[in-house]
Amino acid sequence: MSVETTDATTATATTPSRPPASLGREALRRLVRNPMAVVGMVLIGVFVLVAIFAPLIAPYSPTDNSWLDQVRPGQYPGPSAEHWLGIDPLGRDVFSRIIFGARQSLLIGVVALALGAIAGIALGVLAGAFGGWVDTLVMRFVDIMLSVPGLLFAIAVAAMLGQSLTSVMIAIAVVNVPIFARLLRGEMLGQRGADYVLAARSLGISRSAIVFRHVLPNSFTPVIVQGTLTLALAIVEAAGLAFLGLSSSNPSTPEWGRMLTDAQETLTSAPMLAVYPGLAIVLAALGFTLVGESLREALDPKFRR
Amino acid sequence: MSLLEVRDLEVHFPIRSGTLFQRTVGAVKAVDGVDLDIEAGTTFGLVGESGCGKSTLGRAIMRLTEPTKGSVTLDGQDILALSERKMRAVRRQFQMVFQDPMASLDPRQSVESMLTEPLRAHKFPGGSAAHAKRVRELLDVVGLPESVVNRYPHEFSGGQRQRLGIARALALNPSLIIADEPVSALDVSIQAQVINLLKELQERFSLTYVVIAHDLAVVRHISKTVAVMYLGGIVEQAPAADLYRQPLHPYTRALMSAVPVPDPNVEETRSRILLQGDLPSPANPPAGCRFHTRCPWKQATRCDTERPALRELPLVAPGHKVACHYAEDILSGTLTPHEVRPEEVAMTPAADEPGSIETTEAHVAGGLTPGGPPGAR
Repeated sequence: MSVETTDATTATATTPSRPPASLGREALRRLVRNPMAVVGMVLIGVFVLVAIFAPLIAPYSPTDNSWLDQVRPGQYPGPSAEHWLGIDPLGRDVFSRIIFGARQSLLIGVVALALGAIAGIALGVLAGAFGGWVDTLVMRFVDIMLSVPGLLFAIAVAAMLGQSLTSVMIAIAVVNVPIFARLLRGEMLGQRGADYVLAARSLGISRSAIVFRHVLPNSFTPVIVQGTLTLALAIVEAAGLAFLGLSSSNPSTPEWGRMLTDAQETLTSAPMLAVYPGLAIVLAALGFTLVGESLREALDPKFRR
Repeated sequence: MSLLEVRDLEVHFPIRSGTLFQRTVGAVKAVDGVDLDIEAGTTFGLVGESGCGKSTLGRAIMRLTEPTKGSVTLDGQDILALSERKMRAVRRQFQMVFQDPMASLDPRQSVESMLTEPLRAHKFPGGSAAHAKRVRELLDVVGLPESVVNRYPHEFSGGQRQRLGIARALALNPSLIIADEPVSALDVSIQAQVINLLKELQERFSLTYVVIAHDLAVVRHISKTVAVMYLGGIVEQAPAADLYRQPLHPYTRALMSAVPVPDPNVEETRSRILLQGDLPSPANPPAGCRFHTRCPWKQATRCDTERPALRELPLVAPGHKVACHYAEDILSGTLTPHEVRPEEVAMTPAADEPGSIETTEAHVAGGLTPGGPPGAR
């Protein structure tokens, strides 16, 4: 017995008493040390705060066109003290419209992600937990979803439901369902053969408990990463759909994609009107991408030091 | 009466071909007709090279891999006949210790949660207070301090993780523990500690062990009886001391002669049996004796046609079972070893067209053969 106690005591000495570090906490520690992640989190933070507090930050209402008299065809007032980013052809304050546009983007991104992820995760769990013919059935269904081009589907949804925010959200969500389903299913299938699952089975733990307590939590990391990246994509996709005129039927709604479309007409005389919303889309998407990529690194055991 | 009885156990993994309409074109015969009798309170060692099916046998006994044929009787109860629900209740009687302690512990589960889980699943009496007490008891039994309950697997060393694996296996007071390569993933210095812990626990809780290993020294050290597996079947089984002193089967002889002797003088002069050729594919095992393709004592008759049964040799070696037609003659020296030319062994089941299988599932079989397919060089 003396041999065993040595092992135990030396081991206690090598792991000095410190608060028990869960995997999540360690991942977070790695995340905040990564400058890429910090930049991404700042971008996301600014984006989210702006979206939430838009009415407080924006100097004017985004639909107020009281400066129409300052606009001449082919000549639009640039940045000034009153209007930081100038005035658009319809006499509205561009800065305020950009600020309120963040709201739309965040709303579409979060709702589309939530819908897509929930449906995708449900399908993935179904396929990954049962395997066999359930897996085949679910995955063939997912393949069918994958075979429909996203944009085409979005146009079809818009045509069916009419131009509205809801159809944009549904379209983006549906495009993301197969991605989540495949990702989770693949990860779960990989984990199902792991030794700790065998160990749980040999302990007589029920199938559902194994799936929900062991397999699913250990398969979730790539889904979280994918979720962050999907937010970035959803923002870009939402802008793209708005650019094509598939978004809200009210033309005065401040939306980054629609602002791009409108700026197209005055691209030669006022190119900056296209640059501002474009920059906003890029920065918001970049924030989520940076955080997503660094999350992947922080959570991936291969990067663990 | 034996605690565990295994009769004619077979685990055949189907080899499937075709993408849309799959058909079974053959089977990897990982375990092919194994009988075991394991007495309560003893340690049964199972040795064999990689790919001989020893791990699959262990998992099949526990029904972690469903056997395709045969029976497993634990404490008088035929467990292969049980429904899934009843099987779950029976599982508390036998547990498994795994090779890689990191892989066998859920990385997201704290020690407390890991050890409480089986107690909850089997409704260990006394509620959470009793469960907490039992967790501390288990940690104490495997020589870990109580303070580790809130730690996670990645915070432990390899030896400590294996101790946790053992503690988990003990949680439900099992009578039989199947240890699949319990120490091969550990540092040599830690191996002895874990082996000693296993021995100590056996005495304390009168446990029965099946220890699966490729390390002959480890198995010899702890086993009462040792069985040698080759290509899905047991070729020899004997009390540990007998087997190591006087191996009867040609394969066991070759295996034993591969163990270096610590005395340099003996090591220089002793004769070694070097086996020619590679392990044949379990998807297409040789007819007759599985070992005849590599056996230096192979005879013209019977060896390649008739599969030898595991039989006891009451006259020359009581209690010693061997699956060889000519064991007595080899022992007495009537038969002498001869040169073996590596035989070309087809990798694919003979009956089917080889091309389609090779491109789909042949890697399954190939992966089990160390050094690639025979005849590749």
